[in-house]
Amino acid sequence: MNLQVLSSQFWSLCLQGVALGFIYVLISLGYTMVYGVLRLINFANSEVFMVGTFATVVAQVGILQNQTNSQPLHGFRLLYTLAFSLGFSMLICGVLGVLVELVAYRRLRALGTNRLASLISAIAVSIVLLETTRIVTFSRPQTSPRLLDKWSFGEIAGANFRIDTVAVIVSGIVIFFALDRFVTKSRLGKAIRAVSMSEENSKLMGVNLNRVVSLTFFIGGLTTGAAAFFYTTVYETTQFNVGFNLGLAAFTAAVLGGIGNLRGAFYGGLFLGVLEQFASAILGSQWKSVTVFLVLVLVLLLKPNGIFGEAVQQTRT
Amino acid sequence: MMKLRRSKTPKAGASHKKWTIGFSIAALSIWIFYTYIMYNLPDGPQTIFQNWLPPTTVNEAMVWVICALGLNIVVGYAGLLDLGFVAFWAIGGYSAGWFMSAFFRQVNIHIFSPSDAADQPGIHLTFWAVLGVGGIICAIFGIIIGAPTLRLKSDYLALVTLGFGEIIPQVFTNGENIAGFNLSNGTKGISPIDNVAVPGKILGPFDFSWKFAIFVFLTAIMVFVSLRLRKGRLGRAWLAIREDELAASMMGVPLMSTKLAAYAVGAFSGGVGGVAFATHVNGIFADRFNFSISIILLAMVVLGGMGNVWGVMVGALLIAWINSTGLPAFGDLVNNTFNTSINFPSYNFLLFGGVLILMMLYKREGMIPESRLKAILHESDDETSNLGGSH
Repeated sequence: MNLQVLSSQFWSLCLQGVALGFIYVLISLGYTMVYGVLRLINFANSEVFMVGTFATVVAQVGILQNQTNSQPLHGFRLLYTLAFSLGFSMLICGVLGVLVELVAYRRLRALGTNRLASLISAIAVSIVLLETTRIVTFSRPQTSPRLLDKWSFGEIAGANFRIDTVAVIVSGIVIFFALDRFVTKSRLGKAIRAVSMSEENSKLMGVNLNRVVSLTFFIGGLTTGAAAFFYTTVYETTQFNVGFNLGLAAFTAAVLGGIGNLRGAFYGGLFLGVLEQFASAILGSQWKSVTVFLVLVLVLLLKPNGIFGEAVQQTRT
Repeated sequence: MMKLRRSKTPKAGASHKKWTIGFSIAALSIWIFYTYIMYNLPDGPQTIFQNWLPPTTVNEAMVWVICALGLNIVVGYAGLLDLGFVAFWAIGGYSAGWFMSAFFRQVNIHIFSPSDAADQPGIHLTFWAVLGVGGIICAIFGIIIGAPTLRLKSDYLALVTLGFGEIIPQVFTNGENIAGFNLSNGTKGISPIDNVAVPGKILGPFDFSWKFAIFVFLTAIMVFVSLRLRKGRLGRAWLAIREDELAASMMGVPLMSTKLAAYAVGAFSGGVGGVAFATHVNGIFADRFNFSISIILLAMVVLGGMGNVWGVMVGALLIAWINSTGLPAFGDLVNNTFNTSINFPSYNFLLFGGVLILMMLYKREGMIPESRLKAILHESDDETSNLGGSH
C-alpha cells in the first residue's frame, strides 16, 4: 500500500488514466457495438486488438522500413508514417472483425442454434487468433520503434502533458464523436440502431441484416484497431497475450457504462482507466487486473445494467 | 421436429449395474496391465508403451476426466458456459498445498496424517479429508462468483468466469506477500506435499498404479454422482434450464438456486480434481494454471458430447492423451521420419481451438451425443416446433 502517491501524483495519475481510458473506450466500442446488434459478447475483440498492435508494428517496421532502434522522425515523414500505420491497423482489425463474424457467428445465427454454441465458437476463434500469433511471433515481445519524439507541452500540477498522451486524448475524442454522429445521423447508422431495437421489425422494413451485422463488426474492428495503434505508440511494446487484460478491462468499461450504449462505453472507459492507474500506483501494478475484475463483479452485482443502462435507451446503437 | 424422449425409468436400475461392471473391468484391466504386465514385457513393446502411453499420462488423464465431468455438469447439464474452470483446479490444488504440507510452518496440526509426516510442522490432513476441504472451498468460491452473474444472461457468466480463471492464478502468483502474509509462496510454489496413505501403505510420488486406483475410484464417484444427479430432481431442473430458461421458471424451477447448485457441484469436482492433481505432481506451482487448462477442459466436454457422461469421458481421455503424450510422441515420430524439427506440442492449443470451432459449426452435439441435446442444438428458430414436437 502506497497512499502517498494520492497526494504527490494525483493529477499525473489522472492524466495517465484518462489517456489509458481512451484506449479502453476505443476497444470497448468493439464490444458494445456488437452487443447492441447481436446481443452477444464479441469474445474475439481482445484478440483483434492484439493483432492490431502487431499490425501497427508491421506497418511501421515491415512496410515503411523503419528500424526498431531508429531516430524519431519529423515533419511530413512522421505524419504519413503515423497516419499509414493507424490506417493499416484499423483496416486489418476491421477486416478481421468481419472475418470473425463470418466464421464464428454467421452460420450459427443462420441455423438459429442456442447461445451456448455461438459463445463457444467465438471463444474458439479468439484462441485460434491468439495461438496463431503466438506461434508466428515465437512468443517474443515485439518492440515498436519510437518514431514520435515524445516532447512535452509542459506540466500542470505535476501532470506531464506529453505529446503522445495529448494525441491519444484528442484522437479518442474525435473518433468517438465521429462514430457517435455516424450511428445517430447516417443511413447505415440508423440501420444499425434499427437492428439493435428489433431484429424482426428491421428485417421487415427492408434492412439487410447480414450486411448490418458485418458493418457493425467492421466498425468495432476499426475502433479497436485505432486503440491498438495508440497502445503501441504509447507503450512501444506488444506481445501475443496483450489482448487479454486490455480486453477484460474494455469489456468491464462497456458493462460499467451499460453495454450496448456508446456513451456508456465512453464514461465507463474513462472511469476505468483512471481507476486502474490509481490502483496500480497504490497497490502495485501486479494487482491492477485483479482490481479491474473486482470492478466487473461489483458492477454486475450492484448495477448490471450499467450506469447508463436504462436512462439513454434511445441512443443505443 | 424435436424428439424429446422420456427418460427410460424402468431400465434405469439395469443400466446402472451395467456401467459399474464395465467400468470396473476396464479400470481393473488397466491397473493389472500397468502393475504386473507392462514392466515384464520385452523391451520393444515396453518402449512403445513408455513412449505412447506411460503410466503418468494415464494418471493425469484420470485427473482431467474428474475435472471434465465437473465442467460437464455446468456446461453440459445446466448449459452455463464456464471459461474459468482452471480457477477451481488451482484452488483445489492450493488446498492440497495448504493442508497437506509443511507450508504453514507457524502451526502444527496433524489429523490422520500419514506417519511419515508426523514430525513435520504445518497442517497435515489426510488426503481424503483434503479432497472434501478443497472441494468445499471451491464450491464456496463457485457460489461467490456465480451469485452476481447467474441472474444475468449466460454471456456475462462466460466472461466473468473467463476473468476469474485468469485472476485466481494471478492472485496465487502474486500471493507471496499479501499484506505480509504468504498465501501461496509465489512462483516457487508449494512442494513437496504429503504422500497419500492407504491402509498398510504410504504411496510415494512414483507409486503410479496405486494412485491410478485412487483416481479411478474418484472418477467412479464422479460418474456415479453425475448419472444419479441427472436422473434426479435437480438434474431434470438443470436440463430444463438448459433447454428453455423461461419455460423452466414458469414450471416452478427456481432459476438462481438451481444454477448455483450446478455451479457449486461443478466447482466441487474441480477442487477434487485439483487436489488429485497436486498429489499426482507432488506439488503445486502457480505457473501451471492458465487459461489453456480451461480451454482444454471445454474442448473435452464439447468434443465428447455435452451432457453425456460417457462422451465426456472419452473426449477427456482422448484430449488428455493428445495433450500430454500423443502430440509430442507423434511429433517425434514425424520429425525422426522426415528429418524435420517441427515443435508439435506447441501447436496443441491451436489444434484444440480449431477442434472447438469445427465442432461448433458442424457437430455441436459432440462425438457421442446426448439425444436430448442433439435435438436442442439442431432446433430451428421456429418456436412452434418447440411446442408440438415433444411426444
